[in-house]
Amino acid sequence: MVEVTGVLMEWAPYLLGGVSITLGMVGIALGIGIVLGLPFALVQVYGARAHRICIGAYAWFFRGLPVLVLLFLFYFGIFPALGLDLPAFMVGAIVLGLRGAAYQSQIFRGAIQSINEGQMTAALSLGMTRLTAIKSIILPQSLRIALPGWSNEYPEILTDSAICYAIGVAELLTRTSQIVSVTYITMPIYLFCAVIFIILNYAGMWIIQKIELKVAIPGFGAGAG
Amino acid sequence: MDTAPFITTVLVPALTQGLVITLQLIVLAAPFGLLLGIGIALGRQYGSRGVSVLCKLYVIFVKGCPLLLLLFILYFGLPSVGITLSAFAASVIGFILCNAAYNSEYVRGAILSVKDGQMVAAQALGMTRQQTIREIVLPQALRRAIPGLSNEFIYLIKYSSLAYMLTVIELSGAGKLVATKYFAYNEVFFAVGLVYLALVSITTAAVHILEKKVAVPGLIS
Amino acid sequence: MGPDDIVLRVEDIHKKFGEKVVLRGVSFSVKKGDTVVVIGPSGTGKSTLLRCINQLTPPDMGRVFLHGEEVTNSGAKISYFRQKIGMVFQNFFLFDHLTALRNVEIALLRVRKMDPKAAREKAVYELDQVGMSDWADHFPAELSGGQAQRVSIARALAMDPEVILFDEPTSALDPELTREVLEVMKKLARTGLTMVVVSHEMGFATSVASEIIFMEGGRIVEQGPPHILMSDPAYPRTRKFVSQFADLAGQRKE
Repeated sequence: MVEVTGVLMEWAPYLLGGVSITLGMVGIALGIGIVLGLPFALVQVYGARAHRICIGAYAWFFRGLPVLVLLFLFYFGIFPALGLDLPAFMVGAIVLGLRGAAYQSQIFRGAIQSINEGQMTAALSLGMTRLTAIKSIILPQSLRIALPGWSNEYPEILTDSAICYAIGVAELLTRTSQIVSVTYITMPIYLFCAVIFIILNYAGMWIIQKIELKVAIPGFGAGAG
Repeated sequence: MDTAPFITTVLVPALTQGLVITLQLIVLAAPFGLLLGIGIALGRQYGSRGVSVLCKLYVIFVKGCPLLLLLFILYFGLPSVGITLSAFAASVIGFILCNAAYNSEYVRGAILSVKDGQMVAAQALGMTRQQTIREIVLPQALRRAIPGLSNEFIYLIKYSSLAYMLTVIELSGAGKLVATKYFAYNEVFFAVGLVYLALVSITTAAVHILEKKVAVPGLIS
Repeated sequence: MGPDDIVLRVEDIHKKFGEKVVLRGVSFSVKKGDTVVVIGPSGTGKSTLLRCINQLTPPDMGRVFLHGEEVTNSGAKISYFRQKIGMVFQNFFLFDHLTALRNVEIALLRVRKMDPKAAREKAVYELDQVGMSDWADHFPAELSGGQAQRVSIARALAMDPEVILFDEPTSALDPELTREVLEVMKKLARTGLTMVVVSHEMGFATSVASEIIFMEGGRIVEQGPPHILMSDPAYPRTRKFVSQFADLAGQRKE
């Protein structure tokens, strides 16, 4: 026990570095996911047929493939073929982000479609352009509606980020495995890693819940009723 | 590299072998994942306080912890406490544990959505608590849970690829080996991806049929 | 009376949805300060007619003029016309994520690009006009149907429209709430606002309308001042429709 505590203390900074790499990947991935997912959703609702089909195919592809296969495909295949020599960390963040965009576009699309058509009608009747109506009326509402579904993206991307172990990103699980192979202490170190992941998971969800309450208004989400 | 012989003599046989292993993993994990998931949901909802808390902790742990880490614990960690599993067994057990945790959430949500009146009416007819749960609550709840459960099944298909990280040469692993040996990453991983897309699409279609088959008027799943 | 007094002119509007012909050539005009009430059985294209006027539903044929300027085929200028042609909907369509005040304010800010302070003042004023200033900070989900409809009237008023189209403004309300909305509308009529109202409220039509238009099957069957149309309609169809409502009104009084 003493030995284990000592080892953990000794390796704690190394693990913390892994935590920051994990969170960095998750942060970038969430960012890519929302930056692409939201316009994709708008295209799927308001776009031309051809564009809708393209986005639909994109979502089908990224949602249908295992993260592991996507990582292999991009890390060993697509990026090198494009002449891009990206570090594993970036490949991990981008793949998780592109995949997140596929899921998020579905979440946002559902939210946009759930908004009564009358909101757009009323906005147009006041002389708003479609773009203004989407910006000032449709999006503020659909983002609130999407938030509960969107908040599931964080734990999903966080746990998926561990799969980047497979392409050698020095994230939390990779570093944990390295420590295990150096110290030959297995269970306590794995469990310690699990606890860190669980804390990151629930701490993040707690923060998202706080945001949800903050932006809640009567008739929407957490403030409904 | 000549494309046609590569596909017929190398890629297809390798991926077929991998696919067989992938299907074995799924077929073994899915039913137990479902049963354990229902058990955990019932334990959380109807169990004693102790059982309920244990079930909840289980779900928190498994959902909060990456599946890959869970697999490492089972395969690399357990030998240190005297339990040694084959890579295949560790994978199947890991998938069951993970699948069950997520399934239990859907089943529990569906149980909560069954109206109180159903329970009261059953008990008014003299049914015991167990009978009520088995005859009335679960049949309704499971129908409602179908979309969520089938979603988890699709996740299981995709995440079965992680068995490769424990050296099980399933579909992704078979692809990785071929891709590395012949230096044909794009071709091979697209092919592997297509197989997964086919599995996922077939499942989605099958779920639609199942949903129609078990549909009861007025009970929206 | 010169053509200058004509605020809105509708010429030969046709509209069909797929195979279903909804409007078969509707023409009428509205003079400044008039309240035109459009009545008729449901499904005769009254709401579609209103939506054709401000191009929310572009008509297949026919033209609409506001003060002699063509609204139909006006391209990007449609935003200008929609500001000048207000609309009030059966189901209010208040913006659900905005307070009552913000609902009135938003188009002033985003469409008319008014200075925030001036927009706020104007929004407060318009809310006061409909008796809703005490509810300024409430969200639509917190308002009764009647209150929501009054806010939506204030929202339309805020754009200083030349004419407001009311699409069955009280159909979603129970009698108690209907009255508070009709009171507001009567007040607006008295202050000289030009209005086109699709409504089943015969009492309102009789007491407020300058002209009643009876529509059926996508056409105007008959039109005229209320005392003639309600008491001595020329066509049997109008007679039948009006008498049904007279019966209903009679029952309600008893």
